[in-house]
Amino acid sequence: MSISASSPSRPCASRLRTLPRIALAPIPLFLLQPLLRFIVTGVARRHPALFNRLGSSQNKAILIDPTNLPFALLLHPRPDTPTLEAVRRKKKVPHDAKITGTFLTLLDMIDGNMDGDALFFTRDLKIEGDTEAIVALRNALDDMDISLADDLAAHAGPLSGALKKSLRALQGIRRSHQ
Amino acid sequence: MSKSTAELTIGPILFHWPVETKRDFYFKIADEAPVDTVYLGEVICSKRTPFFEPHYEEVVTRLENAGKRVVFSTLAEVTGKLDRKVAQSVAGGAKDFFVEANDVSALWYLDGHPHAIGPFLNVYNEDTLGFLARKGARHVTLPPELPASAIAALGKEAKSLNVSLEVQVYGRIPLALSARCYHARAHGRIKDTCRFVCEEDPDGMDLKTLEGESFLTINGIQTLSWPCLNLMNDMEEMQNAGISAFRLSPHSHDMIQTARLFRAVLDGEMDAQKATAHLKEIALAVPFSNGFYHGREGYKWVDTGVSFLSR
Amino acid sequence: MNQPHMQKPELVCPAGTPAGLRTAVDAGADAVYCGLQGPTNARNFPGLNFTPQELSQSIEYAHEKGAKVLLAVNSFPPAGRTQEWKDSIDTGVQSHADAIIVADIGMAQYMAEHHPDQRLHLSVQAGASSPEAIKFYCREFGVKRVVLPRILTVKEISDLHAEIPCEIEAFIFGNIGMMAEGRCSLSSYATGLSTNMDGVCSPASHIRYENKKDGSLVSKLGDFTIDCFHCGENAGYPTICKGRYDAKTRSGYYAFEEPVSLNLTRLLPDLVQAGVTALKIEGRQRSRAYVKAVVHAFRKAVDACMEGREPEMDTLLALTEGHRETQGAFRTKAWR
Repeated sequence: MSISASSPSRPCASRLRTLPRIALAPIPLFLLQPLLRFIVTGVARRHPALFNRLGSSQNKAILIDPTNLPFALLLHPRPDTPTLEAVRRKKKVPHDAKITGTFLTLLDMIDGNMDGDALFFTRDLKIEGDTEAIVALRNALDDMDISLADDLAAHAGPLSGALKKSLRALQGIRRSHQ
Repeated sequence: MSKSTAELTIGPILFHWPVETKRDFYFKIADEAPVDTVYLGEVICSKRTPFFEPHYEEVVTRLENAGKRVVFSTLAEVTGKLDRKVAQSVAGGAKDFFVEANDVSALWYLDGHPHAIGPFLNVYNEDTLGFLARKGARHVTLPPELPASAIAALGKEAKSLNVSLEVQVYGRIPLALSARCYHARAHGRIKDTCRFVCEEDPDGMDLKTLEGESFLTINGIQTLSWPCLNLMNDMEEMQNAGISAFRLSPHSHDMIQTARLFRAVLDGEMDAQKATAHLKEIALAVPFSNGFYHGREGYKWVDTGVSFLSR
Repeated sequence: MNQPHMQKPELVCPAGTPAGLRTAVDAGADAVYCGLQGPTNARNFPGLNFTPQELSQSIEYAHEKGAKVLLAVNSFPPAGRTQEWKDSIDTGVQSHADAIIVADIGMAQYMAEHHPDQRLHLSVQAGASSPEAIKFYCREFGVKRVVLPRILTVKEISDLHAEIPCEIEAFIFGNIGMMAEGRCSLSSYATGLSTNMDGVCSPASHIRYENKKDGSLVSKLGDFTIDCFHCGENAGYPTICKGRYDAKTRSGYYAFEEPVSLNLTRLLPDLVQAGVTALKIEGRQRSRAYVKAVVHAFRKAVDACMEGREPEMDTLLALTEGHRETQGAFRTKAWR
């Protein structure tokens, strides 16, 4: 079953699972930064083993590019001072590795719902730069039994219910589209 | 300068040469090449074995009369019925001739008889070497991907075990074996219907990347390097580390002259740089490589003072 | 199909992390195989594998649930560095692993000498593909089970079973390498890191993907282009034995093998009848999602097979490299 040979002219973009662009476009990024900081420091505190798995990739800058969000995320997975910040796509941000996919593709991979390699085979995930850093991050995240969404929701205080609900709803939409 | 006691050997012919070519090659080696040991036998494909059977006797006689030691090498990969028959016939002959085992199945037959271990059998460390020595191994040719550090550690161990060690120093580097024949595949055939197309390529068939860069060499079920191994410049260091024999893997070009150059370097009659320059003129028209020995990518040439030959 | 002499085979599943191990056990694995961090096993990938403490805890978890854990110490220690491998073996024994899987003769000898009561399996990396080779390992080191190379047909496995004194474990699903296992230096030829000594084939540190403007994807290993997937074409890892090359006779062809995955669901009954004791799923480097889906599907298939029903398979195609499956060498010699 070679999808490719039969339809070489099909544009690549259509193969990335296109979901409605999430309506965050006008949001000023500085409003997001505290939330992202909260996420990454919380995960680092609760799951120190995750960072040990990264080995030398702890010092790498990984750009995570959810194609249907209006911004990308830059991750520095240093165990003591991890950072996750939203960056404008137009701005050239120095990074060692880059991983690209729709927001839900990335979320499903991180959550252990979908296999990263399979998403790469189907070209739903794009990888550039330091492959080792991305493989290390993927494997480290995969050792978290608890899904990231649950983990965050459990620690997001009064926001938790809403956060969890909306992430689950999004994943539901995704699966009904497959 | 005193002559080195190190031995030079001719490894088994890995490629499928016409019978006459092969016979003449060994006659010439017997008569003219300054080598001490010659390894005979088909080590790659059991289907090729019947062709040369009738000629072993005259070849062995000629080689032994010329003062050369003859060793029979066993198949590197033993799976099917024919493979097993061939392995048994060679390894089972250990009473009559010295056998080089290239696969663990040969050890089953060789048990108790003094024998050699070939480069296709994984001897990576002292523990393996020690075990094999206790089982009758007297001479071991090390796998080509071993770096100098491991070779040196094995050299030390070999002395106490009374085992002599050999390292390939010339010829395309064996990299992999498969159950599938890639020569046949390249011609749209399978192993059973190959019609011996591998005979077309006396030094193997080049494989290039999609960007046109030469990369690998196909020889039936075997894959080899595209560049040609040349460890002329490292032989002195290896001798100091306890390696006592150096293997030349046969190619279609002038192997007599090739052997003479290596002998001259061993005996200190020519320096490695000069000999390498001469070798370049007669060798395969491919770059030299020495990366494995220096702990690097096997295709690479690591500069050891002969920089003009780099890739 | 449901003949009395058919023994229920053990389903042996991969785990790259403690979470992966728990996933495999919960999904119905009879046994899980894994490795310690570092070069002592053949899946030394970044971020993967177990610390000694994680191994011990994971074995406890598996044992509580009635599953076995097999520790792979199946790479080849280079001279001067064997202690690290021996330490791994000792760790496995002390953690009560149900078996240690080795490939190197020296390490097999170490097991026989220092841990004679510990169950010993012969790794696929030992490349023991003939009865004589297997008998040698059994006689010398007391090997209890051999993991067969992926190059034998079912008929050959059946013949082999009659000739050897140990159990047989055979691969039924996952990535298949084309080269004789444990005897391939292609990766070190291109990257300087050895599959045998460093425990990694096509190391991530040497992989680069180039996404071209026209939508095509070029995969490189070290300095070499291994494949180019045009827009929309399914991609694969840059493994040398699954790359596309040019030869004098053919251009842009998969000179060794296409990026396909092994799937022997349809041959399960034949394999069990051939005398296979354990059915192995490849993929320690894959995610929990993969482990869960594949183990679950094969649990159902094996159970169905034992009840004499045709094993029905959930589609696992989506998880396979190249999205194509093969029965490899197992069905017919024409593969060769």
